[in-house]
Amino acid sequence: MNDFSILIGGKAGYGIDKASGVIGRLLNQLGYRIYVYRDYPSLIRGGHTFSIIRASNNRIAAHQEKVDFVLALNQETLDLHKARLKKDCLFIFDSEQVKTGIEPGCGVGLSLGKLLKEENAPEIMRNTCIIGALAKALGIGFDILTGVLKKEFTKNTDLNLKVAQRGFNEAKEWIKIEPLRQEILPLLTANQAIALGLIKGGLSAYIAYPMTPSSPILHYLAEIADECALEVIHPESEIAVILMALGFSYLGKKTAVGTSGGGFCLMTEGLSFAGMGELPVVIILGQRPGPSTGLPTYSAQTELHFALNAGQGEFARFIVAPGDAEEAYYWSAISMNISWKYQLPSIILSDKNLGEGISNFDLNKVPEIKTETAVFWDGKSPYKRYAITKNGVSPLAFPPLKDEIIKVNSYEHDEFGLTTEDPEETKLMQEKRLRKEKFLAEDLESVKTVNVYEGENSETALLCWGSNKGVCAEAGQRLGLKVIQPVVLNPFPVGQFQAALAGVKKLICVESNATGQLARLIRGYGFKVDDVISKYDGRPFALDELEETVKERL
Amino acid sequence: MGQINLGTSAQNTWCPGCGNFAILNAIKAVFAELHSEGLPLENLVLVSGIGCHGKIADYINLNSFYSIHGRAVPVAEAIKLANPGLKVICFAGDGDAYGEGIEHLVFAAKRNVDITMIIHNNRVYGLTTGQYTPTSPLGFRGRSTPGGTQELPINPLELMLASGATYLARGTSHGIELLKKVFKEAIIHKGFSLVDVLQVCVTYFNMYEYYDKHVYELTGHDRQDYHQALGKIREWGYNQEAPIALGAFYEKELPTFEERFLIKNAKEAMGKDQIISELLKKM
Repeated sequence: MNDFSILIGGKAGYGIDKASGVIGRLLNQLGYRIYVYRDYPSLIRGGHTFSIIRASNNRIAAHQEKVDFVLALNQETLDLHKARLKKDCLFIFDSEQVKTGIEPGCGVGLSLGKLLKEENAPEIMRNTCIIGALAKALGIGFDILTGVLKKEFTKNTDLNLKVAQRGFNEAKEWIKIEPLRQEILPLLTANQAIALGLIKGGLSAYIAYPMTPSSPILHYLAEIADECALEVIHPESEIAVILMALGFSYLGKKTAVGTSGGGFCLMTEGLSFAGMGELPVVIILGQRPGPSTGLPTYSAQTELHFALNAGQGEFARFIVAPGDAEEAYYWSAISMNISWKYQLPSIILSDKNLGEGISNFDLNKVPEIKTETAVFWDGKSPYKRYAITKNGVSPLAFPPLKDEIIKVNSYEHDEFGLTTEDPEETKLMQEKRLRKEKFLAEDLESVKTVNVYEGENSETALLCWGSNKGVCAEAGQRLGLKVIQPVVLNPFPVGQFQAALAGVKKLICVESNATGQLARLIRGYGFKVDDVISKYDGRPFALDELEETVKERL
Repeated sequence: MGQINLGTSAQNTWCPGCGNFAILNAIKAVFAELHSEGLPLENLVLVSGIGCHGKIADYINLNSFYSIHGRAVPVAEAIKLANPGLKVICFAGDGDAYGEGIEHLVFAAKRNVDITMIIHNNRVYGLTTGQYTPTSPLGFRGRSTPGGTQELPINPLELMLASGATYLARGTSHGIELLKKVFKEAIIHKGFSLVDVLQVCVTYFNMYEYYDKHVYELTGHDRQDYHQALGKIREWGYNQEAPIALGAFYEKELPTFEERFLIKNAKEAMGKDQIISELLKKM
């Protein structure tokens, strides 16, 4: 088996999420490439939670609708996912909970409650027990599982091992999953990759108010704050978050903030101030379905135009939508560089599927990240915070600076930062600030900002952005289609996009929103899509699902 | 140490007789004094919000961050966290700090961040031409409340005391000597300090006569005593006819947020790339 999927399901509070990470790591240890889709409702206890762990011998960044194995901790898992089951699907289930729906000979029933009771183990360990059974069913040695469990459970390790052993002993080998001879790669979420990329970019402060799907960045950076010499702050609101970030920025501290659409709404006035005050800041905008509270724990690509237009007034900004963990790492570091080089806000558009999906990460595949330095003041007195220059970038200096004054101002201002309402000065300052985006666009011409994946039939292309990269690239490969993925969305890479379209006669846009936001964006630059495949139910495209839909539209 | 010039080229556009002049002159005198006592001027950072008060950022030739309406406080907190060696003085209006951005004030006091708040409390919106604010008295006839307000004012000092502020004082724009005294105390105080200045807006709410009749300076008051402080703060609720105490109500030394926040285990010797590869090994 070189491509298979495992679904594990139960109630929230059963430790499904933890278990899916363990299963992913177990298969990762055998050299498989992994992608984990995590589906959970916005509640703490009850409701249905499930994950799909897909393993393949190739790099993947999408799940498949059809699954080969089901680990059912309750009856609901079977009832809700009937449509996903392959014909020869194997069930491993808690026989105390699952009563119907399994044909004889298709499954392994374990009396989990009884097994746990015998080991004097808490109910939460049902997940470990069923993983033990899975390892046996897949022909994976208990020693490999032991290694993974020891790493994953630093508390109650022995008991977890005992419980896993019981599950292992109860099951029998169903199929032998052969280890693959390839390098084992780290397994992480794009949220973690973003955090690492920010560190690579020189992050010194991270400020955020909790909001799904970006909270894990806050949690991860808070956890590693001391070893990375970071200040990680969770203040009273997203308004405080963005204003604090601007305060750090004023003192020359590289700062990032993370949120979702609702929090970003609160940040927009501060975002506009970052534009006017020319204060560098990186904003991670993890998208989820709206409007309003919407579906908090699901995914969408609905904030492209919001990110492009947020904040009053007209000002330069950089917007990027990475499509996988490596891109998330790379562009987080680059965003920090760009923000400081051009003194403007950068917005990294992520979403729940990208941010919380687990996949492999290969640092060797990340393009070189050059250490770029901002433009600093040459020491020629007097210092002018907003000196007018050819490319619009005023050299930086930070307080305290002996005998010099550093003034930041949200009003229109002169070169020293003093308020002005003079028409000529207003015009010059507005032009100076906007000029930066033009120079940034030129700078980006030498960087790959549009990804192209060639297919045999390059006359038809799938157009996608952000988290749909993985599923589109794989579907494109299977169907022999070209796939085009603009990564930088502002300043829009018109030249590279035009080049990517060479020879394309039919362009099908794939987006996780209802109105075709990328299609609308490129229309403004004179490009037209022929068709839009959109999905706006909060769920990601599954590979097999997208393949079918594209076939219908060809 | 010679005379220092803290003026800028900006033209002053406050109305003649505006109470902001008293705040400007008092704070400049305090800065000059602190400077003569050895404080480097570059270590001072001023933060302001938006409103008539905010123009003070343009009028003082020191580092400044002219923020947006209601949002001076989080900026001031961040500057202090980013460099605890700086003295951060944050100016805000009553509409600004007690209205639009009140949550920030409550949290800054709760954290006891070592910043100094100077509130230009004229109890009316000046720059937007005369609407009621959170400290306007009941029945105040402003342009948005022509029939008079139907709500009681808040007592900002009581709110700040409850929130955890560790230095609280009040002054008026008719009392520059007292202003200098409390401004200096507030800046020197280690922790969150706030001076509520009953600053008079001559154009929209001229209270000079009223304040002159009611104010008195606190004497024999134990500012370390929370309950005495609360009692004196409650004496006048920004509404009723009552004596209005001036001076410092409360002062307490407690650990500050930035002290608690110092990074403890930073492995400074490790480069970024090494940190990242170490972290990746755990995944």
